[in-house]
Amino acid sequence: MIFILSWRNVWRNKLRSGVMITAMALGICAGIFSTAFYMGMADQRIDKAINTEISHIQLHKPEFLRSNEISAYIPDAEATRAEINDMEHVAGVSNRIVINSMVASAETGAGVRIVGIDPQNESATTTLHEKVVEGQYFGADRRNQIVIGQKLAEKLKVRLGSKVVITLQDVGNNITSGAFRIVGLFNTVNTMYDESNVFVLRKDLIRLTNLPKHSGHEIAILAKEIDDVEDLQKSLAGQFEGLTVRNWQEISPEMNYLNEAMDLYMYIFIVIILIALLFGIINTMLMAVLERTKEIGMLMAVGMNKGRVFSMIMVETIMLALTGGVFGVALGAFISKYFETHSIDLSLWGEVYANLGYDPFVYTSLDWMLLVNVTLMVIGAGIIASIYPAIKALSNDPADALRIE
Amino acid sequence: MNVIEIKNLHKTYNTSQVAVKAVNGIDLSISKGEFTAVVGPSGSGKTTFLNMVGGLDRPTSGEVFVDGVNIWELSSRKLIDFRLRNIGFVFQSYNLIPVFTAKENVEFIMQMQGWDAKKRFERTKKLMDEVGLGDRLSSRPGKLSGGQQQRVAVARALASKPKFILADEPTANLDSHSTENLLDIMERLNMEEEITFIFSTHDPRVMKKARRIVTIEDGKILSDERKEAEVAH
Repeated sequence: MIFILSWRNVWRNKLRSGVMITAMALGICAGIFSTAFYMGMADQRIDKAINTEISHIQLHKPEFLRSNEISAYIPDAEATRAEINDMEHVAGVSNRIVINSMVASAETGAGVRIVGIDPQNESATTTLHEKVVEGQYFGADRRNQIVIGQKLAEKLKVRLGSKVVITLQDVGNNITSGAFRIVGLFNTVNTMYDESNVFVLRKDLIRLTNLPKHSGHEIAILAKEIDDVEDLQKSLAGQFEGLTVRNWQEISPEMNYLNEAMDLYMYIFIVIILIALLFGIINTMLMAVLERTKEIGMLMAVGMNKGRVFSMIMVETIMLALTGGVFGVALGAFISKYFETHSIDLSLWGEVYANLGYDPFVYTSLDWMLLVNVTLMVIGAGIIASIYPAIKALSNDPADALRIE
Repeated sequence: MNVIEIKNLHKTYNTSQVAVKAVNGIDLSISKGEFTAVVGPSGSGKTTFLNMVGGLDRPTSGEVFVDGVNIWELSSRKLIDFRLRNIGFVFQSYNLIPVFTAKENVEFIMQMQGWDAKKRFERTKKLMDEVGLGDRLSSRPGKLSGGQQQRVAVARALASKPKFILADEPTANLDSHSTENLLDIMERLNMEEEITFIFSTHDPRVMKKARRIVTIEDGKILSDERKEAEVAH
């Protein structure tokens, strides 16, 4: 009966409860949508980083990771690549030569990371080929082709068809250089990445650096499913003991932290919303308790004990909070679900987001556990909000309360 | 057999300037089945007296025994439970719960006592029939007249089968027809079920029905009259 009484009490003053429930619903909805929005941004950033930049797993010689020296190559990298390619859970493997170097145009120069790839293998591992917006992703069998980022092209003041010169140390520590013709410009929407990475054919780089024909510095692997990464990493580590096997979270720890930090920030954001709403609920319930002083006094007079009075106010407060919370969660879930398949266009601020490595077209990402957690948080807020009004109700003296006209 | 035994009851309110003796040494015994009116002018101490007898207002000194239990020696928790199980209250302004139906208003006392749903409903129906509102079980107080609401309040007070009912000016807000009707119902319940009623009132119609009239003035009993002859007819 306490539940029935509490529920009906919620609706005793429809306008007051309605305003509180609406505020609660909008606050919770905003919290859930914001969380889904930022989680979507983070997920997209991570997906992009995995698919375009780092892939799921990378193998290196430990010395390469320490020094980035050209000489720290994997001698039989091609054979290793072929072996991994036949493994279960593997979608694609790319053997790369990676050298930090200089690229110069007629006008200016820039420090870049030169990546020598076999286009076919790289296409199975990353989506770089899809990011080429001008020209092509390596053409017919021509020597010294280079694909660079649009941003770098702007910086070097070059365009499609221009020649750039790469200067680097070869495997014998001699300075060498080669002229490469730009055949494609890519745009990954990550300005920093686009400005600091250039792609050439592995065989051209081998020729220029005198590295062994089948060598490589980095073997990048794309798993069929992200859930396969852990198992795949374990079996690779067992199979190739001389190499360091790192997953995407180890290669780019900030990606992992990004997700966790975003999660934490959003929960803090929701808690702040709830704290603000908490005061609204306390105010509403205090008014309700004050209005019903005589009635509460009557209930205590006829034998309702303090525990029941406390429960009645607590249940009423939780019901008020939960009604708003449930509406908010439902509305937030609905809007977030809609924008999982319909992008939110932030291209007006695209440059800002691109500089941070984010896509200006954001798809929300709704985690159902968030809805459960928010609902539990709303119940918690209801319990906390009920304490003061309930104590106020208990402070009533039934004899005094009944004297109120 | 005395249901209520009151010994040297005092209540003093200490205001900032002066101590007000609302009840000043009352001794009274009330037997089972009595139909007693406590009368007196406004401010004479009637309500304070009834509140102390009902376990709502702690006396400054003195004792109230209900069926031999000194209620003011009970802990606060036990006193609340004692009120729930032994005392029925009827208030001047009805004090029904507006969001409950008439049936729910009567039932919730029994529910707090732990009665099962079937027994609760049967007793509610019986009591509502007795107060002439058997067809208004689903009506909320707002849909009932003042007299009807007070009849529901009487049914609520009776619900837990209390040892006695305290009614503080129960007819003060009723018209003469409703007053007569309510008094007839209470008198009948008193006669048939031997329920002890104690009223505070200055309504002459209630005094006329009462078989014992205790007059209080300045916190003391001025007179205590029994009208045994009228009971007999």
